[in-house]
Amino acid sequence: MNPERRQLLGWSVAAAAGAALAPGLRLVELALARSPEEAASALQRWGLLIDVAKCADCDECVTACRDENGWTGLGRPATDAQWIRKVSLRDRATGHVQTLPLMCQHCEHPPCVDVCPTGASFRRADGIVLVDKHTCIGCRYCVMACPFGARSFIHEPVSGQKPDVPRGKGTVESCTLCVHRVDRGERPACVEACNRDGRKAMLFGDLNDSSSEIHRRVRTEPSTALRPDLALNPGVRYQHL
Amino acid sequence: MSAPPATSRWGWAIIKKGNWAPAFAGATFLVVAATLAGAGVADGPVIKIERGEACVAPTDEMRRNHMRMLFHQRDRTMREGIRATRFSLKGCVDCHASAKTGSVLGEEGFCSSCHAYASVKIDCFECHTPMRQAGFTSRP
Amino acid sequence: MASVQYREIEGRSRGFFVILMTLGIFITAGLAAAWAMEHEGHVITGMTNRIVWGTPHVFAVFLIVAASGALNVASVASVFGRELYKPLARLSGLLALALLAGGLAVLVLDLGRPDRLIVAMTHYNFKSIFAWNIFLYTGFFAVVALYLWTMLERRMNGYTVRAGVLAFLWRLVLTTGTGSIFGFLVAREPYNSALLAPLFIVMSFAFGTAAFVLVLMAACRWSGRALGDALLARLGNLLGIFVAAVLYFVAVHHLTNLYIARQLELERFLLLDGGIYTWLFWIGQVLVGGLVPLVLVFAARGRGALAAAAACVIAGGLAQLYVIIIGGQAYPQSIFPGKDLSSSFFDGVVASYAPSLPEVALGVGGVGLAAALTVLGLKVLPFLPRSLADDEPAKA
Repeated sequence: MNPERRQLLGWSVAAAAGAALAPGLRLVELALARSPEEAASALQRWGLLIDVAKCADCDECVTACRDENGWTGLGRPATDAQWIRKVSLRDRATGHVQTLPLMCQHCEHPPCVDVCPTGASFRRADGIVLVDKHTCIGCRYCVMACPFGARSFIHEPVSGQKPDVPRGKGTVESCTLCVHRVDRGERPACVEACNRDGRKAMLFGDLNDSSSEIHRRVRTEPSTALRPDLALNPGVRYQHL
Repeated sequence: MSAPPATSRWGWAIIKKGNWAPAFAGATFLVVAATLAGAGVADGPVIKIERGEACVAPTDEMRRNHMRMLFHQRDRTMREGIRATRFSLKGCVDCHASAKTGSVLGEEGFCSSCHAYASVKIDCFECHTPMRQAGFTSRP
Repeated sequence: MASVQYREIEGRSRGFFVILMTLGIFITAGLAAAWAMEHEGHVITGMTNRIVWGTPHVFAVFLIVAASGALNVASVASVFGRELYKPLARLSGLLALALLAGGLAVLVLDLGRPDRLIVAMTHYNFKSIFAWNIFLYTGFFAVVALYLWTMLERRMNGYTVRAGVLAFLWRLVLTTGTGSIFGFLVAREPYNSALLAPLFIVMSFAFGTAAFVLVLMAACRWSGRALGDALLARLGNLLGIFVAAVLYFVAVHHLTNLYIARQLELERFLLLDGGIYTWLFWIGQVLVGGLVPLVLVFAARGRGALAAAAACVIAGGLAQLYVIIIGGQAYPQSIFPGKDLSSSFFDGVVASYAPSLPEVALGVGGVGLAAALTVLGLKVLPFLPRSLADDEPAKA
């Protein structure tokens, strides 16, 4: 084999090895927090695991979300926005009673994204479903389409918004999984509050990261998605429902 | 064509059929000029730079292109999650908010003053807060 | 074939101006309502986070569905070659455009951000039937305008059939799209059905023909034009057949739901204990909108009966859309099948809703706009034949 060909082979092998190793290197990087200048990546999938057995009458998650995101009620419950709410369930057959927090389920195949005419309702690469208020025309089709009633329409002028959470009259909004906190490497406010002041029923993490607690738990313990018949593959899963 | 109607020589410009266009244009001009003069808009916007040594880009470029920068950056932040503080709206507000009111709108508001002068309605602060935030440091 | 002579209406009588003034008041009220909603937010309406589509949408969908159906008479003439209806084709096209304009005006003005209409027309998500509808609706204007042009411009008369076929196919796709807005909602039991698209097609036939009959009778009467009984009887027969078709689809939809155990509670709500929605279904939709017009058209006969039947079909149609759109939202979503739920967000309960003044004003304003456009169109261009009496040679 002549020297030129040997050199070419050598470079090719090196390049192939680099290409094989590079994804692995990337994964290791992402397991540590994503830096703010980096784009969200599909290598991560953010999720929540909620243990309904531990959930009780407290509503720390709702209060925390309200404080973090600034959707304090105006005393008009029919039109006030609610990003998360506590739902009481009573089994019709057995009478068994439970309570759990319900918010946007951040589906993998979100019906709200499918129906939005302008593409304002969209799913970010890392699984968080958001509303781009710059493009939202306020048609409310996504509110009709959501199986979980997660979306709220803003019926009144808004003022005093939190700096990280823009919200305005005439657009639609829902739980953002505290995307502004997640992008800083923090947990959503509801999870933070539940673990600090509540029953420690909520867990947040990267479902794709094999070293994360949430990944381990959904693999080893049973959990369900809401409305599994719709095959939406939500990022939010419930245990002991 | 029939003889013109018997009206005063000063009234012919308005009353004679077909001459309404110049009269209308003249009246419009007077109304508009009076409004503008009365509003005092001809004075110009109030631009007070109270913080920082320089903006994120040269003044000329900012004057011409700040809207394009904002549109581009908002998509990068919203859709891709890129939150570079150099071009963030929070950064703009932090620097440009009035020292007196803490806002970029209202009296001596940096954004509102120019935009009222140019008569270009802005949408940003329907949703974004125009207030400077304590504890936020913007990078130049 | 003896040529039919078309003429604009005179449009100089006191009655003409009274009509326009009245419609102008409705339109102004609608615009005022839209202005108030845009400035103060939808909180001034009866719409809530559980009922996000309210009375304006009932009117808007009615107008849009009727618009597509109003073109039916022209299609029967051009596509199916029925000579009898040819003199009516121009009016049919005009009415279709006017009704669609009225419906779209209501829809756009009810948006949370109507100032973002340009955004809606430049950013498209083609997985959304709404996005397709934007093209279908605007394209409908172009296609029907083209069709009218082939009829109004003598040199283009040879192309009328082709333009008519295009318009006919376009409106079938458009109405399918309108029905699919609801039919594609997988998560809502009242809607999640492929049957909604064909149901909307037959609804469009019924509502559009009813609107056309009323407009035709009014236009001929108030402009002193002859209108033959035989022609009206044929239109009446058409109306009756379409009303029967709507009743059939509604029956099939509900009977099928009754077979599905999961849908049983929904059917009990709609048909039995849904309060206002049950009333509107049986009395409004089935009786006034279905059975009464059938009796009037096939048994009673005569011009008065036909006009009454058409009015009943329209009233019944509004009731039907109220039940579909608002009743469908009032019924709670089944997020946790097999469980009763309650929450601060009104989950698990039938949502309460009452139409508010701004909503009704906006909806009626849209109707006013459609009517005003029709009246002005009749004055400006020759849409109406000089005579529609039965003994005209063209009617042979």
